[in-house]
Amino acid sequence: MMLRLTIRAAATLALGVLALVPAARAADSIDPLADKAAFQKFYTDKFPKLKLEDFVNGPYSMNEDLHKQWVEKEDFPPYEFSLEAGKEMFSKPFKNGKTYADCFPNQGIAIRQNYPYFDEKEGKVVTLELALNRCREANGEAPFSYVKDDMAALTAYMAYTSRGKPMDIKIPNDPRALDAYQKGKEYFYTRRGQLNFSCATCHVQSPGERIRAEVLAPALGILNAMPIYRSEWSGMGTTSRRFTTCNSQIRGVPLNPQDDEYRNLEYYLSYVSNGLPISGPGARP
Amino acid sequence: MIANFSKPALTLALLAGAAVAGPAQAQSAAEGQKLAFDRGKGNCLTCHVIKGGDLPGTIGPELTGLKAKYSRDDLIAIVTDETKRNPLTVMPPFGRNRILSEQEISAVVDFLQTL
Repeated sequence: MMLRLTIRAAATLALGVLALVPAARAADSIDPLADKAAFQKFYTDKFPKLKLEDFVNGPYSMNEDLHKQWVEKEDFPPYEFSLEAGKEMFSKPFKNGKTYADCFPNQGIAIRQNYPYFDEKEGKVVTLELALNRCREANGEAPFSYVKDDMAALTAYMAYTSRGKPMDIKIPNDPRALDAYQKGKEYFYTRRGQLNFSCATCHVQSPGERIRAEVLAPALGILNAMPIYRSEWSGMGTTSRRFTTCNSQIRGVPLNPQDDEYRNLEYYLSYVSNGLPISGPGARP
Repeated sequence: MIANFSKPALTLALLAGAAVAGPAQAQSAAEGQKLAFDRGKGNCLTCHVIKGGDLPGTIGPELTGLKAKYSRDDLIAIVTDETKRNPLTVMPPFGRNRILSEQEISAVVDFLQTL
């Protein structure tokens, strides 16, 4: 089934390339479908005992002991408080009487897997966090901080209603979308900060390895679990928090949440995790 | 720098250096160990198993028997900027990115040579 899908997708791509020979030549090396296949194969080769969907549990998927910890944690999930708050916030009307549901397809339920998407009108990537704040502002409400608390609660609820849905990021036939994807990929693999780490240094080259007592998560499926309760943070954090704290930890200067670079990064990283189920909200050590 | 020393002080320093090269190096190695275990400095323990260190990481090889494997110059080069030898290394370029000063690197290498 999987194989047939892949072949059909590959055939579609091949036809697309034939139809666009001059454009394709310029973009010779940008091939998201091939990237995704290679990215996922890299992890399943490296961890042959794991199924693709296991990777959404991050470090907890890396060995049996950790998996046991995860199962125990899920009995009393530390994100539950935030999830409950998010559910309540989501249904509470704004001052103008409208709700979040009015801003989203399908009333905002079971749609997490479609974010981020490329907005062809704006010519940019739009993440779920960004869409939530735009929804607030369009309804006369002040935007939330992107990194924790209210934003984490809302995205926790939206992820929860989407649990099990395969990540389904689309790259429309628009050179700007392909460019955003490619920029995100470049950001992911570029070394930065005083420690000279790229995202890939830890999360591609070293998943499952320990830095002191902490187990590094695989990049595959890492965003499927967002937002997360992290013991290290003593609280919830969003994708924005994950990106900015990573940049600080490598002694780099973090960008602002939802800067173009982070939006593109989220686009790339989500796309290569296509097919893996949404598992958020998650818990991490 | 040397011009700032008065002659007797310089002589004394040289004499002391010659006489107590052993203890001075031991002191430097002890300083190097501190740096190697300090999260804000060398932080070698985050990735390497090192004798005497708790909760080591697993990314790099165990640091043992280094004196037999590498010259002092090799060790200084590796700590200063391992990307020159291996562009794909995870190891931060401690010298190039000024995470450690030359003197600190020298102390860390003194420590590494005791392992």
